[in-house]
Amino acid sequence: MMAFVDTGRRAGPKPIAAGEVLLEVEGISLAFGGVKALNSISFDIRKGEVRAIIGPNGAGKTSMLNVINGFYHPQHGRITYRGEVRRRQRPDTAAQQGISRTFQNVALFKGLTTLENIMAGRALKMNVGFFWQCLRVGPALNEEIAHRRKVEEIIDFLEIEHIRKVPVGKLPYGLKKRVELGRALAQEPELLLLDEPMAGMNLEEKEDMSRFILDVREQFGTTIALIEHDMGVVMDISDRVVVLDYGRKIADGTPDEVQKNQDVIDAYLGVQH
Amino acid sequence: MAARAAGDDTFPKLLMRNAAVMGSRPAIREKDLGIWQTWTWAQVADEVRDVALGLQALGLKAGDTVAVVGANRPRLYWTFAAVQSIGGVPVPVYKDSVADEMVYVLEHAEVAFAVVEDQEQTDKVLSMADRLPGLAHIVYDEERGLRHYDHTRLHGFAAVQEIGRKARAADAGLEARWRQGIAAGRGGDLAVILYTSGTTGKPKGVMLSYDNVLISAENGIKFDALSAAEEVIAYLPLAWVGDHIFSYAQSYVSGFCVNCPESPETVVDDRREIGPTYAFAPPRVYENLLTLTLVRMEDASAPKRRMFNYFIEHARRVGEAILDRQPVGLVDRLLYGLGEILVYGPLKNRFGFSRIRVAYTAGEAIGPEIFRFFRSIGVNLKQLYGATEAAVYVTMQPDAEIRADTVGKPAPDVEIRISETGEVLYRSPGVFMGYFKNPEATAATKTADGWVHSGDAGFFDQTGHLRIIDRAKDVGRLLSGELFAPKYVENKLKFFPNIKEVVAVGDGRGFCCAMINIDLVAVGNWAERNNVSYASYQELAGHPKVYDIIASHVDQVNRDLAGEPMMSGSQIQRFLVLHKELDADDGELTRTQKVRRGFIAERYAPLVEALYDGSTERYVNTEVTFEDGRKGSIAATVKIRDMATYPAVRPEPVREAAE
Repeated sequence: MMAFVDTGRRAGPKPIAAGEVLLEVEGISLAFGGVKALNSISFDIRKGEVRAIIGPNGAGKTSMLNVINGFYHPQHGRITYRGEVRRRQRPDTAAQQGISRTFQNVALFKGLTTLENIMAGRALKMNVGFFWQCLRVGPALNEEIAHRRKVEEIIDFLEIEHIRKVPVGKLPYGLKKRVELGRALAQEPELLLLDEPMAGMNLEEKEDMSRFILDVREQFGTTIALIEHDMGVVMDISDRVVVLDYGRKIADGTPDEVQKNQDVIDAYLGVQH
Repeated sequence: MAARAAGDDTFPKLLMRNAAVMGSRPAIREKDLGIWQTWTWAQVADEVRDVALGLQALGLKAGDTVAVVGANRPRLYWTFAAVQSIGGVPVPVYKDSVADEMVYVLEHAEVAFAVVEDQEQTDKVLSMADRLPGLAHIVYDEERGLRHYDHTRLHGFAAVQEIGRKARAADAGLEARWRQGIAAGRGGDLAVILYTSGTTGKPKGVMLSYDNVLISAENGIKFDALSAAEEVIAYLPLAWVGDHIFSYAQSYVSGFCVNCPESPETVVDDRREIGPTYAFAPPRVYENLLTLTLVRMEDASAPKRRMFNYFIEHARRVGEAILDRQPVGLVDRLLYGLGEILVYGPLKNRFGFSRIRVAYTAGEAIGPEIFRFFRSIGVNLKQLYGATEAAVYVTMQPDAEIRADTVGKPAPDVEIRISETGEVLYRSPGVFMGYFKNPEATAATKTADGWVHSGDAGFFDQTGHLRIIDRAKDVGRLLSGELFAPKYVENKLKFFPNIKEVVAVGDGRGFCCAMINIDLVAVGNWAERNNVSYASYQELAGHPKVYDIIASHVDQVNRDLAGEPMMSGSQIQRFLVLHKELDADDGELTRTQKVRRGFIAERYAPLVEALYDGSTERYVNTEVTFEDGRKGSIAATVKIRDMATYPAVRPEPVREAAE
């Protein structure tokens, strides 16, 4: 199955054992003009865990994800992925290194079907040249069949067979989120970044999505970092939680520890100044 | 397919015959990863052998019962035959039963093994393990999510087959002994226990012998001349006798291929891809297809809508006559042919009915309009009246003798009589052996000489067709002494696409009232087109304009009823629209989606009271059960409408034909 990342494009990555640090950020600061979005943030993500990033609105959660996948470039700080310090890099490099993500506001190709959207997630894995793909014979056909198989496995995994051929623009929100997760999974990521995977869902959809997230980890061994507002969900499914507030890290630990942390309680409930 | 030889009197024997006689023909298909995967009869025989030997190695022995819980998957069908091949008895269980219902069945059936579909069912069975001391092993089909479970008593289906293969490799005589065991099976042996969902009380385990099931299945095959070339889609619950006969027994007897859909949501697409030739569905399925079509047509462009309406109207006039091979004028025939190209053909293709030869509806009365719609566009839809206790067949409609208001003539080998109280009694080779561990219930239902009380009230009309009015115990009288058959009234209302369920009350009361469930698809679509905004089912149900629509339907039904001398007293004087959908999880519907009228009357007693005390609205708080078993409540103020009734009219001398 997809337990191991396709390593074709990287030069000999070391396998990382579960529990070891997969990604580490140290002293990350990011400012837009005079606005400090992130202020000296440090934490790590270990292989095989579900790591939640929480915090009130504007805490810098999405900025943090954008830094991790190379969309933003922090002014200060250091990111270490798989033991290598990362230089300034583009999101597609991050994707090639095995980091894929979903977005807070669904970002799918509306006119394409579920199948085509997820297939698009395989683009990085295509080895055959554009010319052969146009002809759709020989090696290109074989490769397409192999990719289609992976995509069908994802469709089966996410239980979206019934919308396989439906344009995603027509789908309800909960299903779009699932398709987006599917597209991210199609890259066979080692680290999956989920930006509010459950925003705007009802209870049943949230439960389904929670189950999918846990299943992804179990089935594919994917490490997951997620931003989520629903505290119940976060506390249920994550192993460790980092809490941001106004661009600062105010707590880091297991769900239990975080829940008892006075700073966290203050940040969420507000304090008299 | 040639007739079943006398010796082939059990499922495992038939499997061996099919593997030998038509080993390369497709036996079962399943859509997996988007592709239809096929197993031939020879392959099925091998799969069944491996499971059977694996289960045997795990300790399954003759006489043990095995719960089978899940959707229509090939491996679950193989489990039936595998268990039967070692003398065990499969007990299919409704997979959407909540844990409480399931534990009752599993406990009562004393199951030794459970073969389940996936993690959800595994969790459910594991959660009740302490109440099932006899349960030794659980076998699952879909391994997803189960990898880290404790596997001392839990096994993957493939792992069980592997155990079977190893056992066979280690012991050369094992397979021969297994085959001898099959040969020793007798037609009179217990084949399966099917638990009836039961409109009242606890489920009862109906014991059917191989003879019951196979003779009935064969009679059905002969009646419609089914062959090994048929294709069916298996999507109805495994625990339902209909699926057991149509997707299992008849497939084994005649050798036709059963197709398992990819998931419950894809049935419509899968049906279109397969194009079944033989179909079986409760009225609900046909209703949904029609409702969906009508709703979509409302959204279609005006020319398309006009074309649709024109040809459907034409089909309504001549379609049934053409299907029944009656003389029809040339012009009408040509026009119907054009309609076939423009409307009926594409429509049937959409429904997946392009290749259909025979389609049955049973389980409930079907709305006459729905029934005629399908027949008029050329789908040979027929009615059948059956029961679990009869291994399905009691009456069937022969070709060209089909009417919406009867359930047909006695099926082959079935005798029927009507008791003094109007109840239908039947006797046939399909009649069950008895209820499992429940001799009192058996004695109350089955007489010493084999007659079974159906519990339905009915009568034979002049043409020798049986008509069912209602459940015998539900037929009551109004205070005026007039006959009150709730289902008759309910079905008239349910024909309207906007109405999903109805509960009529009136027995022992002065007049008839109705509690109505709107159909969210149809009414929601109407709301969208008319800019009616709503946030929830409850809000939509209580909307004054929705009440107006429903009132117009009730008025129409009252006019109809006024024209029927027997039923004119049952006109609906007051009605309300319920604030929540009736749901099997709340016990309001049976698992086969029939309304449990008594339970509902009790549960909504304040509403019933309000219907009869003249109030115009009533506040109710209803407890609901969510899918995961948690409970919540829904509160609402339900409004009540008064309706006009019409004086009973004698039928006019000239009436529309076939009304």
